[in-house]
Amino acid sequence: MQKLIRIEPAKCVGCKTCELACSFKNAGEFAPSRSRIYNEIFLEEAKFITVTCMQCDEPWCEKACPKNAITKDMTSGVVEVDAVKCVGCRTCVSACPFGMIKYVDCTGKADKCNLCGGDTPECVAFCPTQCLTLGEEDTPLRQKMLRFVNTMKDGQMEV
Amino acid sequence: MDNGWQGKILRVDLTAGTCKTEALNEEWAKAYIGGRGLASKYLVDEVSPDVEPMSPENKLIMATGPLTGTYGAANGRYMVITKSPLTGTIASSNSGGYFPCELKYAGFDMIIFEGKSAHPVYLQIHNDKAELIGALHLWGKSTKETEDAILSEFHGDAKVACIGPAGEIGVHFSCIINDKHRAAGRSGVGMVMGSKNLKAVAVRGTGGVKVANPKAFRDVSLEAYGMLKENPVTGEGLGALGTPVLVNVMNQSGGLPTRNAQSGTFEGAEAISGETLASSYLKRNKSCMGCIISCGRVTKLSDARYEGDGEGPEYETLWAFGAACGISDLAAITKANYICNEAGMDTITAGSTIGCAMELFEKGLISEEEIGMSLNFGDSDAMVKLIEMTAKGEGFGKKIALGSYRLAESYGVPELSMSVKKLEFPAYDARAVQGMGLEYATSNRGACHVRGYLISPEILGLPEKLDPAETEGKAGWLKIFQDFTAVVDSAGVCLFTTFGIGVPQFTKFCNAANGTDMSDEDLLEAGDRIYNLERVFNLKAGIDPSQDKLPKRMLEEPLPDGPSKGDVCKLDQMLPDYYDVRGWGTDGIPTETKLQSLGLA
Repeated sequence: MQKLIRIEPAKCVGCKTCELACSFKNAGEFAPSRSRIYNEIFLEEAKFITVTCMQCDEPWCEKACPKNAITKDMTSGVVEVDAVKCVGCRTCVSACPFGMIKYVDCTGKADKCNLCGGDTPECVAFCPTQCLTLGEEDTPLRQKMLRFVNTMKDGQMEV
Repeated sequence: MDNGWQGKILRVDLTAGTCKTEALNEEWAKAYIGGRGLASKYLVDEVSPDVEPMSPENKLIMATGPLTGTYGAANGRYMVITKSPLTGTIASSNSGGYFPCELKYAGFDMIIFEGKSAHPVYLQIHNDKAELIGALHLWGKSTKETEDAILSEFHGDAKVACIGPAGEIGVHFSCIINDKHRAAGRSGVGMVMGSKNLKAVAVRGTGGVKVANPKAFRDVSLEAYGMLKENPVTGEGLGALGTPVLVNVMNQSGGLPTRNAQSGTFEGAEAISGETLASSYLKRNKSCMGCIISCGRVTKLSDARYEGDGEGPEYETLWAFGAACGISDLAAITKANYICNEAGMDTITAGSTIGCAMELFEKGLISEEEIGMSLNFGDSDAMVKLIEMTAKGEGFGKKIALGSYRLAESYGVPELSMSVKKLEFPAYDARAVQGMGLEYATSNRGACHVRGYLISPEILGLPEKLDPAETEGKAGWLKIFQDFTAVVDSAGVCLFTTFGIGVPQFTKFCNAANGTDMSDEDLLEAGDRIYNLERVFNLKAGIDPSQDKLPKRMLEEPLPDGPSKGDVCKLDQMLPDYYDVRGWGTDGIPTETKLQSLGLA
């Protein structure tokens, strides 16, 4: 099964360490503008939302690429841009409905999350609250479901 | 550049309306680290110590450190350096949020504002493009309104630092607010900004910060994160309860100055504690950029009398509008905190000044007629009303706007101002915590707690437990804390990290970022250099060593209650030691030898 970055917004504190860690590892500098993961702050509503590429099963970006520079690895499940093949036409940027692939001026190429190419993704390694985790199984979903199940259980009376 | 710096400073001449880029003085950056230290060096070099703080000749510097914009500890601070109109000393007020990093990402290490604009303006920075924009439409607006207006007319992702109405009308303790809720709070830096007709600085930056040795930087970051997580204060306490965790701690220690420091414990402490805040108005905790401590309090008022939302109150604010005024009404305190953030006022001086006014009122020195209402300790409605009047420059609020020293002095009782060098001390009673008394007396910006936070060893037991009643040895501890704090500030890191990490981690951070090979001793010596640089500026500004003192109440009126009942602050037992460990003469003036050894002669 495919490993994915699992995100639990309730645990986020809005520190943007994920953006710093991502850009430092993948772009060689601390630059949120170069991050492949996005931590947005909605202070008035007290909500912090983090999003990144979910490595689609049928990626829009892959389908759109006229140079076949984007492929989904069948083993790891990672959707990756081949920088050699990419001509920087930005078709993928238009195609992705989530805005999770972008064009980078200084490289002239499309850029997106590749789960750090097999290592523990740097954002996950540095996330201070485990808002971000990496796993095959969707553990946060399971936990969320179990919270609901337990509420239901506690409401059951003896018959 | 690839050494933590961008290598560029922006010089804004408000009189001429020009913005020019110049190279960072790298030699100074090495000797003074950055931020507070480096900007102080620029100020000392460019501004005469006897400058009138509100004149165009005074300058206002916004400075980042070499670590601002990186990860590793809580590396997202900037400092505002100028000559303070409240104290007449050199000021360095420090703030986090997101603005400081954005300034660095735009490509600037520092902004120097000089002169005075003929009309209200704000500075707009979009990467390397910087220009002054007319701000008449923003004048008079709150910090929230100002930020919202700038985001909609300039760039939705910009980060904004601005003054509120208080800075425009000359409230002596007005601050500069960034990201709506973070304050470069003390010493009245917002008043200087207002005097220059500068309403705001808005930055959008899409560049990055590079470090000299990425591998070493990542390694020390992981080391620091581990230590911060394991430490009970940074790993648990500050995240769960924020700085308000201290309300109950300080009250139990008998060091919570109550009713203008007439006593050291407050019967209403529980009602204004971090625990009560967490179970009432707290919505969640929050970090500044790159911080894993997340002490920020995102709150929303749900009270029949008051409404609002924002960040805080912090511990010092809970104390200032709470214990210092004898008030245990958390809703009123939270409201006063919001008003201060929106108007751009320092909550510590604001609350302490109202506490002082309450004592003057109860002693019959100010009449009900003059204030326009009665002003007894514990009257939360009057407190909120007076804060509003201060923010608007109305009636008796104009007197509160002067700070407690000028207020009390105008009634002939300056000794009733709980201040040193005209800066009010915050939420720690010097009679119950002797080392803090020495800190208040000797801090370069007046009675400040965050220049040498000896509460850490004396109360919290970090890095080791000291007896708060003991005077011996405190001078040596304070010197190290003051020097180390100068380093932490200058590097662009939050002081709260120092509960969990120490000098060795900072040395590694600075070396990895700057590509230097400093030892722990070199780093502390840089702190010593910064401290002496500030001291010499103050001496030349006329703040002589006779002002290294405490309010008479701290020295002569024994604490009437709590574990330290009967104690006064024994400053005279510590001050000579302090001058000695600092390498200063017995007169408190740095010796020529000392200054020479630091390269300051």
